Order: sequence, then structure tokens, then C-alpha cells
Amino acid sequence: MLAYILRRIVQVIPVFIGATLLIYFMVFGMPGDPIAALFGDKQPSPQLLEQLRERYLLDQPFIVQYLNYLGGILRFDFGTTFSGQSVGEVLARTFPVTLRLAVMAIIISFVLSIVIGGASALLKGTVFDHAMLVIALIFIAVPIFVLAFLAQYFLGVQLQWFKPTVGANNDWGDLWLPAIVLGFSIYAASMRLTRSSMIETLGQDWVRTAYSKGLSRGRVIPVHVLRNSLIPMVTDIATNFGILMVGATVTEGIFNVPGVGNTLFQAIIRHETPTVVSFVTVFVIVYVLVNLLVDLLYGLLDPRIRYVK
Amino acid sequence: MSDMKENPVSGANISEPLLKIRGLKVSFGTGKKAREVVHGVDLDVYPGETVAIVGESGSGKSTTATAVIDLLPGTGKVTGGTIELDGVDLVSAGRREMESIRGREIGYVPQDPMSNLNPVWSIGFQVEEAVRANGLATGRKEVRARAIEVLKQAGLADAERRLHQFPHQFSGGMRQRALIGIGLAADPKLLIADEPTSALDVTVQRVILDHLASLTREKGTSVLFITHDLGLAADRADRIVVMNQGEIVESGPSRLILENPQHPYTQRLVAAAPSLASQRIQAVAEERGVEHIEEVASGAPVIEVRDLVKEYRIRQGGFRSVPFRAVDGVSFQIPKGKTLALVGESGSGKSTVAKMVLQLESVTSGELLIEGTDVSQMSQKDVFALRSRMQPVFQDPYGSLDPLRSIGHLIAEPLRVHGVGDEKARQARVFELLEQVSLPRELAWRYPNELSGGQRQRVAIARALALKPSIVVLDEAVSALDVLVQDQILKLLAELQAELGLTYLFITHDLAVVRVAADLVAVMEKGRIVEQGTVDEIFASPQQAYTQRLLEAIPGASVHMAGH
Amino acid sequence: MSSNSAHYVAPIKADVVVDAVRLGEKPSNLWLDAWRDLRVRPLFWISVALVLLVSVAALFPSLFTSFPPSGQGAADLAKSNAGPEPGHPLGFSFQGYDVWSRLVHGAGISLTVGLLATIIGTVIGVVMGALAAFYGGFLDSLLSRVGDIFFTIPYIVAAIVVMTVVPREFRSVLVLAFAIGGFSWASTARIVRAEVLRVKQSDFVMASIALGLSRFKTMVVHVLPNAMAPVIVVATIGLGQAIVAEATLSFLGVGLPNVVSWGADISQAQASIRTAPMALFWPSLALTLTVLAFVTLGELVRDAVDPKSRAQR
Repeated sequence: MLAYILRRIVQVIPVFIGATLLIYFMVFGMPGDPIAALFGDKQPSPQLLEQLRERYLLDQPFIVQYLNYLGGILRFDFGTTFSGQSVGEVLARTFPVTLRLAVMAIIISFVLSIVIGGASALLKGTVFDHAMLVIALIFIAVPIFVLAFLAQYFLGVQLQWFKPTVGANNDWGDLWLPAIVLGFSIYAASMRLTRSSMIETLGQDWVRTAYSKGLSRGRVIPVHVLRNSLIPMVTDIATNFGILMVGATVTEGIFNVPGVGNTLFQAIIRHETPTVVSFVTVFVIVYVLVNLLVDLLYGLLDPRIRYVK
Repeated sequence: MSDMKENPVSGANISEPLLKIRGLKVSFGTGKKAREVVHGVDLDVYPGETVAIVGESGSGKSTTATAVIDLLPGTGKVTGGTIELDGVDLVSAGRREMESIRGREIGYVPQDPMSNLNPVWSIGFQVEEAVRANGLATGRKEVRARAIEVLKQAGLADAERRLHQFPHQFSGGMRQRALIGIGLAADPKLLIADEPTSALDVTVQRVILDHLASLTREKGTSVLFITHDLGLAADRADRIVVMNQGEIVESGPSRLILENPQHPYTQRLVAAAPSLASQRIQAVAEERGVEHIEEVASGAPVIEVRDLVKEYRIRQGGFRSVPFRAVDGVSFQIPKGKTLALVGESGSGKSTVAKMVLQLESVTSGELLIEGTDVSQMSQKDVFALRSRMQPVFQDPYGSLDPLRSIGHLIAEPLRVHGVGDEKARQARVFELLEQVSLPRELAWRYPNELSGGQRQRVAIARALALKPSIVVLDEAVSALDVLVQDQILKLLAELQAELGLTYLFITHDLAVVRVAADLVAVMEKGRIVEQGTVDEIFASPQQAYTQRLLEAIPGASVHMAGH
Repeated sequence: MSSNSAHYVAPIKADVVVDAVRLGEKPSNLWLDAWRDLRVRPLFWISVALVLLVSVAALFPSLFTSFPPSGQGAADLAKSNAGPEPGHPLGFSFQGYDVWSRLVHGAGISLTVGLLATIIGTVIGVVMGALAAFYGGFLDSLLSRVGDIFFTIPYIVAAIVVMTVVPREFRSVLVLAFAIGGFSWASTARIVRAEVLRVKQSDFVMASIALGLSRFKTMVVHVLPNAMAPVIVVATIGLGQAIVAEATLSFLGVGLPNVVSWGADISQAQASIRTAPMALFWPSLALTLTVLAFVTLGELVRDAVDPKSRAQR
């Protein structure tokens, strides 16, 4: 098992380097004046320009620039925003809210996908199954910002069940609406995966053997079906995480949640490229870590990986 | 062959059957798509006796057995008849009742040991589940102790350590023992064994079945044994029930069925079952005196192999790799028009030899001469030309034909690749070949998934013959086929060999098939040839211990079958 | 059958025929069967109809509306957020443009970007995945690593970065399509790699090489076609997702400038969501229906070609 963990960690390093290099290249490695690229139509102040030239070592060859950038990352120095704040500070301040939002959304999505996915698998071919399929397809198709607006309008403004925007009061209870929107937008694909994974597991020979031992349904389903379906579902979490982060960006923007995503959202709209790049870098790092964690979890769940013959 | 067993252990009433099945009907599918697959089966199993249901695939034997324990797959359900176990009607039993009957009264041993054990739970966990569910023990310590007993009884040495291991860490034979242990854990009255050893090597099979027989004899368990192998049924069962297409065609004491089968289906089955007493299949043409197979062929051998070696490098984590010799110095010759069988269990290296001969794997060292020419001296162009003289037929009929191409396209492909003839000529040749393998012309426009396994193998043979090769390498070509179909294909192969003067390299794990299909045989074990010679010699007086073990392990060795 | 030494023989009905050839009425293979399954499902035809409708609107917008969606003289600020009128069935946008016209013309951008991005992503994915799987060894490790790197960056994020960085005058349809497709190929590559590895093990691959076909030709002629089924499913669903990506980027203001886009319309309409919700509703509906059509089509095809679900029917 230890060998597996170490191997995974070692494999992650080139991927991390490759990803950050790629981002950096997209922004700074293209032909043309990177400063102009960074600012688009806007005119930066002279101090900022000077800061940027210094920071990004724009007179140096590309590889030196990149290594400097990488060094910064490893020192947790992610640069500064347009308003002069350190990105690290902004992150520290906004992270807790986003974490709350993400956790709520993940729980909602998880519960929905297991319950509906599992029920659909067991009730395969029935009206329930088909109805759930149609609903899932709708949620897969509706873009998250449309969903957000619809929810904001109907649930927030018309029915007034939840607060339509969040703002400064952003404790757990205030985040319901954005969490629901985020959770529902993710659950659909997961639910399809849970369903097909369970259907496949239900047809496996060992399930029949389990029944032949005299076990009841109440034991066979959780122990021999769900437990095995967990493996593909766990790998699914990692993929979902990327969508979750993008979704959080949009949702926080629309519902005015003062989290990490919102900062990124504002930066994108205002074309503040350096900030966008910094945040995307952090984002990629988190994604890499989550993937690593999921890989390790996968090793724990599947003894075939843990105990290689 | 053992006679009627008494039952001193359970003291059960021997004159009443333990299991009584009357008019059993099983259907699959719902509504308009419903189809009946078992059409009214009557079956009795008496206490302490072993009854074997024998049939080919699709005969309904497995369906009947799984209907008894109410574990029919998918949409299967019992649509008629009764099943009584010790007077209790199983068909009308509720879910809870069936749950308590399973395990306690009826045990089940499935076929494939790998897929029948849950890979994420330890063996101990899965055995303990059975112990707890059937009320054999309570409390962690007792349950664990009982589980160890179960595994020990099943013949697993070192049971305590094995408890914590996972299925993938066991060998196939060990997994099957664990499954047998689980099936017998609660000392059920009836054990249903569904082809319990067909996934295993023949020597392992013998040991496990011997062990199973002694266990059931000891406990007085009745056994309902499902198998496609008549010889196996003869060895292990008191009575045989023969099924075909959902119906019982014949049943009675084993010896009687085999020595004096009455129903035409049974007769054909018995005649086709390869066994030690069989004769080499003679092509029909030969009986008219065309060429007597006993003649020793003269002239240079068509295939000659000297000290052939194949070494792989196995990666061992990190950067190390160890060499592994799959084939370790193999030599043999095949004269023209003859068949050499390369026989061995899994891991013997026989398939690797075939692949080297076919130029699908590189040769590490040694000489390979095809029709006198050393292959290693050949240029790319020559090798390409060589391929038209030497063609394969592989084992898996469901994987050897590209599912997206029509049959005609597939058979014509060798002609296209080697630039033979034009479109019209090729089409004519395709029809010619289809006729040669006794398949209707219409198939040229159809697709592989519309055909049965045997029919696909015939298409594969047609394709192999397209370029008029002199050599055909048959890699387990009949191993995946039912007995009667296998017999048909072997007869076809013999006819083609006589007609076209073909030389066969026949790879198989089944010694009994060797008897009917080959002239020469080489027995392989762990990459080496242990013994070789003519089939008559080897079967009459095997010299090596391994060969003797293989011969003894052939099921049905002791039974004299009709027509042999 | 009541005594266990009885010898029972069933009545002899017919001759024993071994392995008779039993053919269905029509030829059948994976795709023929899938087609027969699909064409009886109403949902299939609804999705196809929607796709066709949107495609026609994209190609020939003048068939649906005569009013221009943007440009000189098209806007009448006096009619800002006004309701439906004769000739203007859905009313006017915040800036006074005809909503229906903008809907129709928006289809073009969505479909063009979606289609191009999907083609780019699928082609790259198939090539990478097939090469990695067929040749194995070092190439496989290398290509898989590269795939991992691209997998790590969600394509919307990468597209945002690209579109933010590229100067306004270079933001063309092609750039946007590459931004989306060039980062979404990794999941297709993984699927292709897995399928090719599976197909590679089949005996017909060995048979093909034993015939004398080169490894490369075997891959192209025999292996790839059999690995394509999941790719087609994913590409169809991916088309829907690419359309969403374009809309999202437009919504965020980093889409294509100076074009009519549903995403941009939604973004503009959000300011007046309380007073004029319909201006938000219509482009959202158009977007949703279009994406829904592709996603549904993809799922239906998946059901039709999946051997496991077919076996149970």
C-alpha cells in the first residue's frame, strides 16, 4: 500500500508541473506583448506596470520566468490583485465561505445521486426510472447560470423560500439557495453513473452466491452491491470536483456570495488577467490534490490494488 | 462405479426422494417477449445420492438447477410445476422462507471461482457471512473458529492465515475449495453444484472433485451435479439425466445410460464424447481407400522446430525486471498431412509455441523451419508470402471475427490482402469456401453475431483456407464448443485434411480430444516437452509421471461407453 | 421416474439436428440493431427534430425572421423591454432588439462553435487514445501523462484564460473552438484508450496480423471501428456541453465580441430580472432545448449500443 501511495505521489509531480507550465505558457508564452495581453483594453497605472515587470521578470527568458513563478507558488506567494491585495490574503479570507458552500453542495449531490441512482437501478425499466432519467437529462442540459437565475427568481423572489442573494451574512443557513443550485447541477451526471454502476454490480455472479448463502436482500444490497459500486463512484468525485469549482464560480457570482469563486468571477468580468491566472493556478493545485486523495481512497477501497499478489 | 448409496448418517427415508420436481416450466422475458426454456421437467434426487444433469449449452440444465434454489437470473421465473424438498413446496415459498432454506437446506457451488467471490471482501469475511446467516455460531470468536473449520474441511491448508486474504490472492483451485466450503458450511441436505470445476485444469479438477465426493459421502449429502461432460457425470454420479432443449430425453443409472443409450440424442452424445477408448476420427473419404492414415509420411517435415525458446521480461515494480521462460527448449517435427497435438495445462507454454510458429511472437532462440526454410533467414516479403501458406484458427468463436464486417468480407480478406484475383473471382471463392465448410451461401451477407459458436468456427476455418495454405494452426479451436458441435467440427477438419493434404498443429488442454483428433502428440509442462510420440504409443504406455497423471485425470476413464 | 433404477426414455420426436443455421429475417450487427431500436422510440425522433430545427435556424436564419438581430437601425430604444407586437412575437430586449430574431441568429454561433470544438476535441482524443493503446509501452505512458495534464485543467477554466488573454481582435470562432476543444480531449482519449485496449485483446486482431496485415492497418481497419461506439456517444453529449461552454463564456463576457449569442443575452437580461423576466427566459429556453436535444440523443444512442443493456431486453 505504501508503495502505491508513493508511486501516486511521484506520478502527480510531472502532471502538476505540466499543468502550471501550460497555464503560464498560455498567458505569458504567446507571441506579443504580455502586458498588453494581460490588460486587454484597459490602461494600467504606471506603478502597477512597474510592479508587474518586476514580478514577472519580463526581461528574462521564458523558462526563468516560469521557474520564478513556480518558486512563488511553492512559497505560497500567488501574486497580487489589481487592488493591491495579496492573493494569498484574499484566499484566506474568502476560502471558508466557499468551503461551506462546497460541502453543502457535495452533500446534497451525493445524497441525491445515491438515493435516486440506487432506486433507479433497483427499479430499472419502471416509470420511476424513466421519469428520473428525463429529470436528470434536464439538469444536465440546463446551464448552471440559467438554473441559478431560475432558482433565484422563483424560489427567492416569487416564493421567498430562501434569500435570493447572500452577501455579508453567509453562515450555513444563508447558503441554502446557491448550495441547492450547485448541488442539483452536479447530481444528475453522478446519478447516472451510480445507476449504471449499480446495475452492473447487481448482475455480477458474486451477488448470486451471496443470496445462495441464505443472506437477505437487506444484507446483500449494501454489502455486496453498494460497496462494490463505490469504487467507480469515488473516481467520479474527482471529475465532479472540476465542475464543482467552475459551478461555484458562477453561482457565487450570481448569488453574491463573498467566496473564492466570486473573486474569480469578478476578475474575469473585469478582465483582470493576472488575478485570473493566480486563481486558476490555485484551482489547479487543489484539483491535483483532490485527484491524489481520490486515488488514495481508491486504493483503500479496492484490495486488489492494496495487496498486489 | 459406486452403486446405490445407503444413508447411515442422516437416517433419512431412502425410499422417498429428497427432491421431487414435477412438470417444471421456466420462462424468461415478459409480456410478448416471454419464452419458455424448460418445458416440463420431472426429476427425483434421493437422499445421499448424486444425480448429474448432462446437456449442452441451452439445454436448460443450469436453469433447472437454479430454479430449485430460486436464483434464476434476470427475468427468469417458474411458470409451472412443483419443486418439493422434503415435502416443502419451494415454488410457493415466500422470500423469507427461501432465504432460510438457502444455505441451511440447499447449498450451492457455482462455476467460475473468480467471478463468484466478491473481490473487495476477504475470504474469511465471506465465509463468516455464511456461518452467521445460517445460525451456525454466534459471537465473533465462535464464528471465526467455525469459519476456519469450514475452510479446513474444504481442504485449504493454513486456513487461519487464509482467512484474511482476498480472492485475487488465491489460485483458482483454492477459490473453488472456498466456494465448496461455503456451500457445505451448514451441512445442507442437498448440494447443487453447477459445473463446479469446468474453469479449472484437469488435474486440479480431479483432486477437488475427489474431495467433494468424500465430503458428501461422509455427510450423506445429496448432490445435484450439472455438467456438460458425460465422462465426468459417469465418474461422479449414481444417476444421469440427459437434457436437450429444455426437456429430459433420457435418465437412469449412469452405467446403463452410457453402455446402452436408447434415445438418439443420448446415443449421439455418447458416441461423440471423446474418451480414452476412442479411435482417431477417420475422414469419410479414407474409408473408400484413398489414403490410409497409418502410413508414415515420407519426405521432409512441413514444420520443424529445434530448441525453441521464448523468454519474456516481467517488470517487478520499480525498474527491475526478471526473465521468464514461457518456452524452454522445445523440439518437434510434423510430417505432411499429419496432425501434431501440443497438449498441456494452463501455463505450459503451448499457446506461445503456436504464436511463434505463426510469427505472431518473436523467437528468442532456436530454429523454426517451415517447409524446409529457416524463418529467421526470411525477408519481410518472404514472411508475408509465408503467411499465405500458414493460417490460424483461434479458440474464441465470439472474438475471432470482426463483428462489424460481413461474413463474405471476412472470408475474402486474405484474398484481398494478398492481391489474389479480382472482385468477381474473390466472390466465387467465398462461395466455394462456404460450401466446403457446409454453410449456406446467404451467410456471405450476414454478420458474425447472427451465428452460433460452431458456425463461427466454421467461418474461421473457411477464412483460414482461403489462400490454400498447407499448414493450419488450431489454437484450442474446439475447446469452447459443445460436445456434438465439437464432434462435427473435428470431422470437418479431418475431411479437409484428407481432401487438401493439410498439416495441422493442434493446441489443446484436453487429452481426450487428442485421442480423436491427432496422430502425434507432445505433452508440455512448464515450457518443456515432457514426452512425445504417436498417439497410440503415448496413450497405451505413457512413460513420464506427468503424462500418466494427465491420462488418469481424464473423466470417464473407467467407463466403457457405447460406440467406442 | 419414481424409482431410482428406472431407465426413462423420452418419446422420440424428431431427428437430432446439430447446430442448425437459424437466421433472422434481416442482417444484424451492432449498428443495424441500434438503428432498429432507436427508430421506434419517439424520444429519438423528437431530439432529431429539435436538432434539425436548430440547425436550419443556424444555417438559414432568414427563413425564420426578417428583422435583423443587431447592427444599425435594428434597435429601437423606445421599445426597450416592451412586450409582444405583431411581427415581434417575443417582444424586445433591453436595448430594443427583436428577441425572436436574436434567438434565431444566436443558434448559428452556438452550433458552429459547438460543432467545431467537438470535432477538434474528438479528433485529438481519438488519435491520442488510439496511439497510446495500440502501441503501448513508452508511448502509452507519455501520452497518458500528457492527457493527465490536460485533464487537470477543466476546459471551461482554460477557455476562460485563453479568451481573457487573447486580444479582442483575435477572438474568432476558430480560437474559441480550439480553446474549448483543445482542452476537452483528455476524457475522450481515456475512453478511446480503454476501448482500444479491450478490442486489442480479441482474437480477430491476431488473425488479422497472421494474415499479413500490418499492425497499423489492423488498428485502422479492424480495431478503431469497433472502439467507436462510446466515442460517438460522448461526442454527441459533448456537443451539448460545448454549446453550454460557449454560452457560459459569453455570459462571463469573454465570448466572441460582436456576435449574437444566447449567453450574452442572458447576461444582459439579468440586470432586469425582476421587471422583465421574459427577456431572460427566452434565450435560456432556446439554450436549454438545444443542449437537451443533443444530450438526450447521446444518451439514447448509448442505450442502443451498450451490449449490457441490450442483452437484458
